[in-house]
Amino acid sequence: MTATQKVKFYQVGSFAVGNRLLDADQRTVQSDVSRNNTITSGHRACQGCGEALGARYVLDAAMRATDGKLVAVNATGCLEVFTTPYPESSWQLPWVHSLFGNAAAVATGVAAGLKAQGRGDVRVLAQAGDGGTVDIGFGCLSGMFERNDDVLFVCYDNQAYMNTGVQRSGATPSAARTATTEAIGPEPGNPFGQGKDMPTLAMAHGIGYVATATVSDLHDLEAKVERAMDFHGARYLHVLVPCPLGWGSASKDTIRVARLAKETGLFPVYEAEYGTVTAASPIRHRVPVEDYLRLQRRFRHLFDSQGAVKRPDIVGQLQQMADRNIDRFGLLTDEVA
Amino acid sequence: MAVAACRPQVVCAYPITPQTHIVEGVGEMVKSGELAGCEFINVESEFAAMSVAIGASAAGSRAYTATSSQGLLFMIEAVYNAGGLGLPVVMTLANRAIGAPINIWNDHSDAMAVRDAGWVMLFAESNQEATDLHIQAFRLAEDLSLPVMVNMDGFVLTHATERIDVPTQEQVDAFLPPFEPRQVLDPADPVTIGALVGPEAFTEVRFLAHAKQLQAIGRIREVADEFAQAFGRRSGGLVNSYRVEDADVVVVALGSILGTIKDVADEMRERGTKVGVVGITSFRPFPLEALHEAIGDARRVVVIERAFSIGFGGVLSTDVALAIADAKARISTVVAGLGGRAVPEASIAAVIEDAMADSLEALRFVDLDRSVVERELARMAGDRRSGPSAENVLRDLRAVASGSV
Amino acid sequence: MDKPFAITLDVGTSLANKTGSWRVDRPVYLDRLPPCNDGCPAGENIQGWLYYVEEGDYEQAWRRLVEDNPMPAIMGRVCYHPCETACNRAKLDEAVGINAVERFLGDQAIEHGWSFGFVAPPSNKRVLVIGSGPAGLSAAYHLRRFGHAVTIYEAGWALGGMMRFGIPKYRLPREVLDAEIERICALGVEVELGHRVTDVPEEMRAGGFDAVFMAVGAQLGKRAYLPAGDSAHVIDAVSLLHSMEGVDPPSLGRRVAIYGGGDTAMDAARTAKRLGATDAVVVYRRTREKMPAHDIEVEEAVEEGVLMKWLSTITDVDFDKGHIVIEKMALDETGFPQPTGEFEELDADCVVLALGQESDLTLLASMPEVVVADGSVQVGPDLMTGRPGVFAGGDVLPVDRTVTTAVGNGKKAARAIDAWLRGETLETPVRHELASFELLNTWYYADAPRTERPRLEVARRTSTFDEIVQGLDETNALFEARRCMSCGNCFECDNCFGVCPDNSVVKLGFGNRYRFEYDYCKGCGICVSECPCGAIVMEPELA
Repeated sequence: MTATQKVKFYQVGSFAVGNRLLDADQRTVQSDVSRNNTITSGHRACQGCGEALGARYVLDAAMRATDGKLVAVNATGCLEVFTTPYPESSWQLPWVHSLFGNAAAVATGVAAGLKAQGRGDVRVLAQAGDGGTVDIGFGCLSGMFERNDDVLFVCYDNQAYMNTGVQRSGATPSAARTATTEAIGPEPGNPFGQGKDMPTLAMAHGIGYVATATVSDLHDLEAKVERAMDFHGARYLHVLVPCPLGWGSASKDTIRVARLAKETGLFPVYEAEYGTVTAASPIRHRVPVEDYLRLQRRFRHLFDSQGAVKRPDIVGQLQQMADRNIDRFGLLTDEVA
Repeated sequence: MAVAACRPQVVCAYPITPQTHIVEGVGEMVKSGELAGCEFINVESEFAAMSVAIGASAAGSRAYTATSSQGLLFMIEAVYNAGGLGLPVVMTLANRAIGAPINIWNDHSDAMAVRDAGWVMLFAESNQEATDLHIQAFRLAEDLSLPVMVNMDGFVLTHATERIDVPTQEQVDAFLPPFEPRQVLDPADPVTIGALVGPEAFTEVRFLAHAKQLQAIGRIREVADEFAQAFGRRSGGLVNSYRVEDADVVVVALGSILGTIKDVADEMRERGTKVGVVGITSFRPFPLEALHEAIGDARRVVVIERAFSIGFGGVLSTDVALAIADAKARISTVVAGLGGRAVPEASIAAVIEDAMADSLEALRFVDLDRSVVERELARMAGDRRSGPSAENVLRDLRAVASGSV
Repeated sequence: MDKPFAITLDVGTSLANKTGSWRVDRPVYLDRLPPCNDGCPAGENIQGWLYYVEEGDYEQAWRRLVEDNPMPAIMGRVCYHPCETACNRAKLDEAVGINAVERFLGDQAIEHGWSFGFVAPPSNKRVLVIGSGPAGLSAAYHLRRFGHAVTIYEAGWALGGMMRFGIPKYRLPREVLDAEIERICALGVEVELGHRVTDVPEEMRAGGFDAVFMAVGAQLGKRAYLPAGDSAHVIDAVSLLHSMEGVDPPSLGRRVAIYGGGDTAMDAARTAKRLGATDAVVVYRRTREKMPAHDIEVEEAVEEGVLMKWLSTITDVDFDKGHIVIEKMALDETGFPQPTGEFEELDADCVVLALGQESDLTLLASMPEVVVADGSVQVGPDLMTGRPGVFAGGDVLPVDRTVTTAVGNGKKAARAIDAWLRGETLETPVRHELASFELLNTWYYADAPRTERPRLEVARRTSTFDEIVQGLDETNALFEARRCMSCGNCFECDNCFGVCPDNSVVKLGFGNRYRFEYDYCKGCGICVSECPCGAIVMEPELA
């Protein structure tokens, strides 16, 4: 891994948020009492919201990496709605929300404006959900990438339009139930053969840094944010954030589900520079996809009431997708954490 | 040139006829280094163009963009957004017809589509005024914390060459101080811009926006006065009255057509008809009081407009009617020049004469080809599947031109 | 900044929204009982002292350890570590090498000359301890620290009991034993060697003792009836091992048969090998699975070439002919061995009997209220006998006969005696819920297989009495301690502080753990799921 150096056995230090035995600089930003809490308490996210957690992780790390000189541009979506209902804002940094599809363009403008004022030391981070990134936001995002504007774009991927009631997006995985891809008929859930692989699309633009991450591996996520801030120009970070409401998982399982997404191989965690993959985070204890699917009611139609697989054809296809990811990125190594 | 002299810090625009060369010019100056401290962004759509301007303005930079017609509609979500957030973006709108059918020539239908978005909308009558209004626009926008749109008729003004007095950099610097934003994204003093506002406060927000525009009425006048002092000529302001003092009929219009109308008025005055002309410079905020005063006691008001509200009638004239609601004047909507059609002086004169004779209808389309229209209407009545009107009309026009009908 | 109404907000204003009102359940920090602590017969707070080892603060760890058990260097060599059997880590990869770390700490203390700390001010009470085995020494240590005047009467010529006279040197080097005993005595324990007690009340009166702790052990080897059973060629294992402490080593024959299947039998067999026996054969009436000896003892014995004869009993001896007669046994349906009538001759020129041990309870003669059943003294939960002020512990009780159990008895008795001397009753602390494996989230523990202690090669082992098992060096001890998962007790990994989406965990600073900000906690339960050691639980929100 270029982004994280795994700490040589240290009790929990390699995986937990912090540990009294580790030097401060080997612990996460989150373990530090002086972390920014860029999203502070009192926001209206659901219990166990993966996006609230992921956004705080990313922004606290970004604030640390930029010494607090950071501006955030937010698209319309859950994150924006639950953090800024007048008169309450849970943000603690300069933040602007314009529209659903233009976060990347507004961020381009902010970056250009700061540069024109000679304030290039202030960095810009744009953030959106999966809808605001791969669907309605795609045009502006592609333009920002193509011009290599100095913006880090972060996509919090909960794999559907959650704020409007769980509708399918271009990031919704195959077979998942949403309000517009119900689990009925011969092809229950979201059809196979659709969807955008946004990180790969980002890589195709040849931008300096592209990475994927989840909320279950904090060290990795923070290291990637920090690494991203080493670059100038367009950068993209794709973070998997489970949504208990939309995924139908228990609120306490948010991190566990994200972990399983990685450990099955369904969500590959990797980094790329200038269009080429440079490192992948290996799977630690591989599990079959059903262990992940079973925890989520959006995949309930694949199981019977006892939890046994009822649709081996669909589960099999999903397993193949996971297998292909494992092959493509080399996610199984002999390396022990 | 004027735009460049205003020292914009971020310029972004997407190509669309007929505004493109304005931005090209600025872009060249940035690339050559002639315009320093300015970032020029080649955006991938108009939606991105306005969004980039929003971002730049929120970051405390002077932002400028330009568009027309289809491009304006593509960015309309962002136009409303800039208006709602109160960011002092300045945009040149090279007025052009909106399709379908696609038409690249001048009319005001694009401006009319965004008249409720909370922008200040100024209309230039001449190239000189277009130049001057841009300078005033930045000043106004930043004073009020409102976005300002400078409307100039596509091709007519954008592509014509006139001798104009180009302000010097020193003059502009003296008139237009550096941008001091009312709200800004600054790590030293963080704020949250663009909150979710619910029913309990939304009305108040809108009311405040309205109140600000009403304040703008006074400010527009002041800025025009200050401009006159600084540059030695009148430009801008709320309305421009011409020979209205004793007018029996007043013609009201927006934009470059006013030049033609004034020529007609002079000519008719020579022949004894007391014609007055009122050009509306500030379309939003709409200068109800100034207009009322300008029209005065005139018994006939003719509003010549280059836009039209399909299924209803005039757009500008509806606003004008409100301004003189208490007067006893008779008001007519005259639709002219849609899609770039030339409006000859003779046509204007004919309309005014009809107005004087009280034979001008409430709604008249100038120079409408009745035979084409009637034939199409007959076809539509007879045959449900008569096809798109535009294609049929074009076919008929070719038939007429070739003399086969 | 002149912020437009409602459109632009001040930062952090969401703190006005107390989302804690959304909760149905609330998270609560708790301490659960780690299985290692639960399993330790000496009642050590194993997890507690491992915590300090993890930090590299070995002295502090040792001090924490000796709060409960004064003899870690010995424990680290002789204890059968039920803590490791119970250790949750075994379900992940392998148990933490607690025993090895304990030994490391004990050895460090000896090397650096650490002495025991605090002794309470004199209580003006005098306590007699009869017997200086692990139970007696442990009781003496704790009683002395409570501030009582302690005197040990030891019948033998040296302190240590079975630790000296039962456990072979190759397992417990005498320098180590001496060092730890000396350290206890240095607290001011009075010792009288060669002082056999026959009348407890009389001794108490004569010495002015306010209470007595009887820890005389079980030092009489049981004898089986064998023809020629009193001949010089038949000795009991206890005597054999005892005599190893003398100046001259005893002489056994070349072919030694050891009769019995317990740890003592193994010690005797291995000692026989070291004394030069060509063959040492253990004769046991049942099978390997049924042997009471601990696995490690049997394995080491077998490695050293001790032979095993299962399902056999000795029926006759004929040393003139140089053999013994054994009868084959077969297990019946109940697992009990039954004679088969088949006999065999086994070459042997002596027999060591390791058939169990009994206590010499003659000292109870003048105390009829002290109840004895099945050769063991009966006591209450506070280890007091039927006679007030007379307590007993160790092998005299019907308990597991291990050093660790004895040490635990010593501590418990000392506390009970201390309470009794003050006229109070001993409080039993509330037992917390056990921190079982399912309550942990083991994902967070780094993959780390156990470090094994290096051992002497077999050849060298069987020719000398050198200590077989070496200790861990510091790096390894540290590594091993850090494998501890801190089951059930917060070790400040910061997970809860980091994973709360609502920022509702407050970090209180090193050593002070955390607190929940219930104003904002929505009760999602992620903290509970992601706490590696299971130190948080969800409870219903009270109305």
